Amino acid sequence: MIGIENIVFLLVAVLGIGLFIWQVRKIRKNVLLGRDTELLDNPSERMNKMLLVAFGQQKMFKRPLAAVLHLFVYVGFIVINIEVLEILIDGIFGTHRVLGFVGPLYSGLMAINEILAALVIIACAIFLWRRNVTKLPRLWNGVEMRAWPKLDANVILITEIVLMLALFVFNIADMKRVLLAGGEVVGAYPVSHLFVDAFGNDPGQLYVIAKIGWWFHILGILAFLNYLPSSKHFHIIMAFPNVYYSKLLPKGKFTTNPAITHEIKAMLDPSYQPPAPKTDAEGNPVIERFGAKDVEDLTWKQLMDAYTCTECGRCTSVCPANITGKLLSPRKIIMDTRDRMEEKGEHPAIFAPNHYKELGVERVAVTEEKTLLRGYITPEELWACTTCNACTESCPVNIDQLSTIMDLRRYLVLEESAAPASLNAMFTNIENNGAPWAFSPSDRFNWADELYVPVNS
Amino acid sequence: MAQLAANGEEPEILFWVGCAGAFDDRYKRVTRAFVQILEHVGIKYAVLGTEESCTGDPAKRAGNEFLFQMQAISNIEVLNAYNVKKIVTACPHCFNTLKNEYPDLGGVYEVIHHSTFLQQLINEGKVRVAGGEEFKGRRITFHDSCYLGRANDIYEAPRDVLAVLDADLVEMKRSRANGLCCGAGGAQMFKEPEPGKKDVNIERTEEALATLGNDNSIIATACPFCMVMMTDGVKIKEQEEKVQVFDIAELIAQAEGLGKV
Repeated sequence: MIGIENIVFLLVAVLGIGLFIWQVRKIRKNVLLGRDTELLDNPSERMNKMLLVAFGQQKMFKRPLAAVLHLFVYVGFIVINIEVLEILIDGIFGTHRVLGFVGPLYSGLMAINEILAALVIIACAIFLWRRNVTKLPRLWNGVEMRAWPKLDANVILITEIVLMLALFVFNIADMKRVLLAGGEVVGAYPVSHLFVDAFGNDPGQLYVIAKIGWWFHILGILAFLNYLPSSKHFHIIMAFPNVYYSKLLPKGKFTTNPAITHEIKAMLDPSYQPPAPKTDAEGNPVIERFGAKDVEDLTWKQLMDAYTCTECGRCTSVCPANITGKLLSPRKIIMDTRDRMEEKGEHPAIFAPNHYKELGVERVAVTEEKTLLRGYITPEELWACTTCNACTESCPVNIDQLSTIMDLRRYLVLEESAAPASLNAMFTNIENNGAPWAFSPSDRFNWADELYVPVNS
Repeated sequence: MAQLAANGEEPEILFWVGCAGAFDDRYKRVTRAFVQILEHVGIKYAVLGTEESCTGDPAKRAGNEFLFQMQAISNIEVLNAYNVKKIVTACPHCFNTLKNEYPDLGGVYEVIHHSTFLQQLINEGKVRVAGGEEFKGRRITFHDSCYLGRANDIYEAPRDVLAVLDADLVEMKRSRANGLCCGAGGAQMFKEPEPGKKDVNIERTEEALATLGNDNSIIATACPFCMVMMTDGVKIKEQEEKVQVFDIAELIAQAEGLGKV
């Protein structure tokens, strides 16, 4: 039966989903600030990787406790979405548990749903405990863990608990109401069953409570959906494309800039004809910076990384520089990239990056420059990187922190000649002696002088 | 290499010595140990000698793409002129650069790290580790090089090589894909570390020492930079009487009876 309530619901749902799409378009625009890069090769390998790493949570299991708890929330999210679908249909068409016709399957689904919802509540409670009471270092420490990231994490966890509670309220009141009316309960509700008498025996009151629970749950979901684009929780969407587009090459292979190759070849051979430079829409040649100074110098994949980051701090907790007290934190590099992107481009509904940029930056001496480099990330952080790939290895959603660090370094060296003096000396040695140390190239074979090679080999 | 080429001969492998292998006094011993193994198994090899030059790895990791490509392009010219097909090197940084980054610039070779090469020699029965020093009962822990391990997924080859020594192989808590860097990668070898509370090599050496726990034990490496960092670390911790740092090629050469190198 379609009534005024259903029309209100339809409007709210359309509004909520519409607002979300509007926000996602902003994010898409931000990501497309980045340079183009071709990542469409090997679709089957990419798909496999996405299934294993994103869908299958493969890399989470390096830390088993967090992995299991996260799995509850993740599977809960996926399965409960089936019920959300039902809620949408019920809400629009005024039906009641419309998917109930599938019988035992529905009962099984609802039962799994309830158990998962309970596990979600338990997992989120433990997560809150780890964040706020035991203060797990990777979730608590670091200059990038300012007020907003910590608040954001708590908002997400509390919202998830409240949403699950609302679902239980609806299930309990709805079940009791059906039982009182002598009807048959559609579906199985092992958890709600335990609390079936929680809301008394007044059918009218139960009807209202069920309605409140139902509306709260669905409105909460729509509100949460619109919170995502401002939050690290956006990873629930971005994890999939980000893993799909992740690096398939050996981690040790860094990008090669073809513009530099052409320049060198032209230098060595005056007859060499470099290809015509890229042109913009008006046909003017595009001069790209060497390396990256700001977000538009990074690729769209590197910018996508920033929207995928869940700020879990695994990268930073395994970074040799960070472990030994240096300023570098790979997580900060990624979070800074997102903040700068939203300062420069668009920002979603809730989050405004400028509101907290000044906080907690005591040790990081950023300048007033409106660029990613120096305005957010300092050379001191960049020069502490050993390029060891521990960060990229640890990231559960295949963010490539190292590529961004390297592109910022390249800008410092190639455009500003701003390497530390000792590295400049190393460059000079390579140029003059063909070795990073100041040895004469004519001595390169001297190691063989002292070689004793057995005659009867 | 020039001599072989003049005689119209081609070697089976080109041994890329690397700057550390050619100039660093400690790593020259690794170069010699590896060459003795090559001689011992009778493989036809060549070195570029004074025609070799830095692969450009430290320049690239430091952000100097221009200098890297200059080095790479001129090295590729030399390698291609000699029609080199197969390169073996004892340096993971050279290995990674030659294998992964030279192809884009026209240098396509089969590149093998000496850990994989030694593993092949052992598997083929060419190296039997008999007649030399016994390692039975000595504790050895292998420190993963980032550019061998995470960068190129080579974790088992060096461990397989060490396994033939019949020593007591122990793993550090952070090993293989979770291995902790020695602190020298990314051109850190050539500069002072940024301010912090500790040097990376001290953190790693402490872990190795805690894992080894007893006297007369060995930290095995497969990278010249790791070798320097771990050796320095052991010295700073004043444990050089108890713990020695060796490259896997040195250990094999000693076990094979090719003499102390």
